[in-house]
Amino acid sequence: MAEIYDIVIAGAGPGGLAAGIYGSRSRLKTIILQKGRPGGQAATTEDLENYPGFGRGTTGPALMQAMADHAESFGTEIIRDEVIDVELDGEIKKLKTKSGKEYQAKIVILALGAEPRTLNIKGENKFRGKGVSYCATCDADFFEELDVVVVGNGDAAVEEAMYLTKFAESVTIIVIHDEGILDCNKVSAEKAMANPKIKWVWSSILEEVKGDGLVETILIKNIKTGEITEMPINGVFFFVGTLPKTELVKGKVELNEQGYIVTNEQMETSVPGVYAVGDCRVKYLRQVVTAASDGAIAAVAAEKYLAEEEGFKEQVLSAEEPVMVAFWAPQIEESITALSELEKWLEDSGHGIKLVKIDTYRNQRLVKRYAVDKIPTVLLFHKGELLSKLSGAFSPGELQGQMEIAGA
Amino acid sequence: MIEVNKTNFKEEVLKAKGLVMVDFWSPSCGPCKELMPDVHQLAEKYAGQAKFCSLDTTGNKRLAISQKVLGLPTIAFYKDGSKVAELTTEITIDEVEAKLNELK
Ligand SMILES: Cc1cc2nc3c(=O)[nH]c(=O)nc-3n(C[C@H](O)[C@H](O)[C@H](O)COP(=O)(O)OP(=O)(O)OC[C@H]3O[C@@H](n4cnc5c(N)ncnc54)[C@H](O)[C@@H]3O)c2cc1C
Repeated sequence: MAEIYDIVIAGAGPGGLAAGIYGSRSRLKTIILQKGRPGGQAATTEDLENYPGFGRGTTGPALMQAMADHAESFGTEIIRDEVIDVELDGEIKKLKTKSGKEYQAKIVILALGAEPRTLNIKGENKFRGKGVSYCATCDADFFEELDVVVVGNGDAAVEEAMYLTKFAESVTIIVIHDEGILDCNKVSAEKAMANPKIKWVWSSILEEVKGDGLVETILIKNIKTGEITEMPINGVFFFVGTLPKTELVKGKVELNEQGYIVTNEQMETSVPGVYAVGDCRVKYLRQVVTAASDGAIAAVAAEKYLAEEEGFKEQVLSAEEPVMVAFWAPQIEESITALSELEKWLEDSGHGIKLVKIDTYRNQRLVKRYAVDKIPTVLLFHKGELLSKLSGAFSPGELQGQMEIAGA
Repeated sequence: MIEVNKTNFKEEVLKAKGLVMVDFWSPSCGPCKELMPDVHQLAEKYAGQAKFCSLDTTGNKRLAISQKVLGLPTIAFYKDGSKVAELTTEITIDEVEAKLNELK
């Protein structure tokens, strides 16, 4: 039989790599499947100076190489392969890859990241690689002594524009907002405003990219006056946000309207044993530091999940004798009383039945799985099978009835 | 793969008979380096059926622009010295292989 990994991570950006570090460090058998080189989007930006502890002069590719080395040093295996299909239901998850392999795992961590959004402006697609670019580090040096525009005004747009000034003769940023208003952070805004190579076109959008073989001009539309101006230009860089790469898991885990994966604070998705981290999930701030943080949380939550699942299996599902599983909660007085009565009753009855107590506050997963909607609740298992469920208060008579079902 | 640059591009590509594939890349281009191992594998697989060249655009910027390449990665196909096809920016190795099979 094929090897079953504890954790298989899809994607080796900062989110996936951090999950790898935490996973393999707690001795879980962890692999990362990564299409192409590790590093993700963070490896496509030269100036990456806000990761704590790594200040001025840190580059994206160097930081990501360090993260990949770090993960491998703890035993994470990074395999170059693209995940093309996933089966996430059930205890053992399956991931099919482009090279035709199938990987099996108890836990899947989706660290799929995001990709640049395109605007589908006239000429945008036609001039890809001909002056239209989504990656400053890839293409900046083509534009030495040439003129470029940047479309967008968030953090990435303004920061990449500043990087481009190291190469280009001039960098014009086209901003949809009124003069002086930018979506990026204040520090970057101030720096960019003070940069003599950066020019601004306010209240405007890019209308069309034109040229003959290579980009030659663009049409810019002022959204207030409706006026269209043609501007000679050599390069057009788009930084207008990103889209999650979640096509792969559509219909398999819950996504929001924009296609981001919905998780809780433990990074759990709607499917047990499946976690999502980094830019592909619904969150407030999409940065390297938050992707790494998500990765750490997911791996630790996954470790706990595995321990709990294994514990439940051992104590309940694979037990020889019938097992009563009692759900209680420390803040529900009557569940505490009911539990001690139950313990006493079991002892007196001499049925030889095992009791397993579940604190619902700590183990929401079992609560959900067995649809426990009242506390206390008692489930009776025998040989891995759920035989009966008593919700709410239970009387000795009802318990006796449960015993009879179990044939005890 | 043959390394081409501004001094030998004419000889190796533009004056070459038959099919030539040129991989335009640069060390600062992450996606290029992602693709590169696959491109090299492809070159081995199809050795003898086409000529495979690799062009680092650093220091060869004018040459790249003369070939209308202004974005990386770009993979261009030449037949008897003239460009017949090109794949650029978001390239998968499958697309490259398909194009190669179509042209060879
Ligand atoms: C231009 C730019 C500049 C930025 N600058 C900064 C900055 O200065 N500071 C900062 O903190 N953040 C910055 N960011 C944001 C930061 O890069 C992201 O928040 C971070 O990389 C997200 O990490 P991630 O692990 O979630 O996803 P990603 O980095 O997107 O990595 C996901 C990985 O998964 C792989 N993958 C996807 N699908 C599959 C599949 N099916 N099979 C196998 N592998 C797959 C991808 O190839 C990719 O390598 C910048 C982003 C951009 C685009």
